[in-house]
Amino acid sequence: MITSLNELKELADKKKCTDDNSRQELRVCMGSSCMSLGSAELGKSLQDELQSRELNDRYKIKSVGCSGLCANGTLVSHCNGNESTLYEKITTSDAKDLVDSIQNGGLLKDKMCDIAQPFFAKQTKIVLENAGMIDPDEIEDYIAHGGYIALFKALDEMTPKEVIEEVKISALRGRGGGGYPAGIKWESVSKVISEQKYIICNGDEGDPGAFMDRAVMESDPHRVLEGMAIAGYACGANKGYIYVRAEYPLAVEKLSRAIKQATKLGILGENIAHSNFSFSIEIRLGAGAFVCGEATALIASVEGNRGNPRQKPPHLTDYGLWGKPTVLNNVETLANIAPIIKNGGAWYKNIGTQNSSGTKVFALTGHIKNTGLVEVPMGTTLRELIYEIGGGIPDGKRFKAIQSGGPSGGCIPEELLDLHVDYESLKNAGSIMGSGGLIVIDDSSNMVEIARFFMDFCRSESCGKCTPCRVGTTELTLLLDKFIKKEATKSDFELLKEMCEVLKSASLCGLGQTAPNPVLSTIKYFESEYLEGIGDD
Amino acid sequence: MIREKVRVKTFKINGVDVTGQSNQTILEVARDNGIEIPTLCHLEGLSCVGSCRMCIVEIKGSREPTPACTAKIKEGIEVTTNSSKIEATRKMILSMMFSERTHTCSTCVANGDCELQNKSVELELQHSQVPYLNKRFEIDASHKNFVNDPNRCILCTRCIRVCDEIEGAHALDLAGRGLSTRIIHDMDEPWADSQSCTSCGKCVYVCPTGALYEKDVSEEEVIKKRGIILELVKNRGKY
Repeated sequence: MITSLNELKELADKKKCTDDNSRQELRVCMGSSCMSLGSAELGKSLQDELQSRELNDRYKIKSVGCSGLCANGTLVSHCNGNESTLYEKITTSDAKDLVDSIQNGGLLKDKMCDIAQPFFAKQTKIVLENAGMIDPDEIEDYIAHGGYIALFKALDEMTPKEVIEEVKISALRGRGGGGYPAGIKWESVSKVISEQKYIICNGDEGDPGAFMDRAVMESDPHRVLEGMAIAGYACGANKGYIYVRAEYPLAVEKLSRAIKQATKLGILGENIAHSNFSFSIEIRLGAGAFVCGEATALIASVEGNRGNPRQKPPHLTDYGLWGKPTVLNNVETLANIAPIIKNGGAWYKNIGTQNSSGTKVFALTGHIKNTGLVEVPMGTTLRELIYEIGGGIPDGKRFKAIQSGGPSGGCIPEELLDLHVDYESLKNAGSIMGSGGLIVIDDSSNMVEIARFFMDFCRSESCGKCTPCRVGTTELTLLLDKFIKKEATKSDFELLKEMCEVLKSASLCGLGQTAPNPVLSTIKYFESEYLEGIGDD
Repeated sequence: MIREKVRVKTFKINGVDVTGQSNQTILEVARDNGIEIPTLCHLEGLSCVGSCRMCIVEIKGSREPTPACTAKIKEGIEVTTNSSKIEATRKMILSMMFSERTHTCSTCVANGDCELQNKSVELELQHSQVPYLNKRFEIDASHKNFVNDPNRCILCTRCIRVCDEIEGAHALDLAGRGLSTRIIHDMDEPWADSQSCTSCGKCVYVCPTGALYEKDVSEEEVIKKRGIILELVKNRGKY
């Protein structure tokens, strides 16, 4: 049991010492992406290789989370004290060569990954600082890297009010898409008088092309728990739920283990660090409905009901889970909390832009060389993200558009590439920040088909509660089909725009209200492609 | 949640000063003052879900319209129920309801006593503005007294609410999602096999269309008793 900050620091030192004194590490990425390339087998081959050469006392295999460059997996990092070398595209057949080279103190040159390249050099890691470094299955490793210090600091030295103040100073905004200031949300819940309050972590990442939260939950689950516990302390909640989609089995596994470990050490549970504060966390699985990422639908689902949204107000801060005041934060938002408490809100505020502080994790996918996860300060331009960090468009194709914010977002054309990415700039461009999925589209794609893809996604994910979304998404999908088949008429184009407006203004929840965004933004920037779909009439 | 004291609030609907109690909705106060706002899923005596979106109104200063049936009144707000934009949006939504399934009035038992039909007269909707989808569903005529024809259902969920809130049986619920959403009995069993249905018929009486009806009636012969729910609630002293 850990009951004070000193004991926590002792544990950290102990872990560091044993690690320092012992062996060099071969860190093998065990994130979902690399796992699908066989990183688990690779880890075993490397282990066998070490075993057969009786090198286990000098080297150890460490399973770590995502290092970000998913395109070049499996990534293996060789760490000798402070020196580390990153290898890319390692498969089981490379295990022997890799062990050969490190045993001889050399380098496996043709597999080396240049960590000075912009993909790594241009990133600022706060949320993902531990990803790829620590073993997510070991709480001691998290603690050795400064974990849970923020929670103990908050409990020891700060009042709940001061914690909220610090988060307010940081100006951290919700990373789930809405961008509502986290500190203000916490403050409203803290002010409501209620015997029972809840903290919910939204890990129902459902946007096509988004996998930021998955990486955080898989690579550094304790960071999420720490953020939730601090939120609980600040708002007066003693119970937390993590809502994770069942499609993320690895994240569920890591989080479950993390909760067990933290509870065993007394970091979660009754009277944490001899204080009056108690906090426990449970996991709830989502059954695959996209709409359950919407706050009120998520709560219905946690309660065991059909995952349908309801009309707001009342807002969750007044009437949330089982009718009690509830804070609902996204995984990435909560992952930012511990560093903010540790380093102060002002430190965080200094990163990023005026209205959007801090960093944002983006999932780069689509027609781009370096697909993977990147964390950059707010205000980074799209051009930097695509051409420097992302490595540009492959196969000699040209850039056409970038889609941000998933099915609720929009497409941004080439002329806006110098846009400094933050909540406001993306909104002004007709898109949204969303959860952070960035899908790069090259000139071989038809924008009407892109719009149709997202509309069809919303059609199949509409819960069916309100009329505009239930019927409108189907009508719009069929209408877009006519444009793709070049059978549309001029009046179809008018109807398309009219229906988009109706969905936007009259749908019950965010899913329906934002479903037309991909269509509206492609009409805004690529109208000619719609006009090409209009036949002679 | 803190229980607030009921206070009197004054605000404007369509430029007219009105007053109501703070626990009332915009719809209630509007109707108290003789201002009509079209509704479909709403039924007095049942909880409000705001799902049909017929009753959307504009509140000055809000970005998007809001359903009057769920929005509590606030001091000083300015509500518009009949702007041309709102009316056009309602017409489009009503069109969507007509296009979604199969609403052929001339062969419907509820012809003449159908709220969907009445709404089209009220909003002067002469033809659907969107293409017909006519999604088809199987009819459940297994019950000895009643029929469930999902092809005429507009998913207002009044039947679910009345069964849950008034009868206390919760024999009905939703299955599927999006366009495939439908009303089911128990775990999607034929109505006749439902263990929890008490055959009280309230679901049939509150149904706004001919989706739920009594057997042995022909076109135009359905008699709905939609006001019965408010009477029941009043008799129980809950209103």
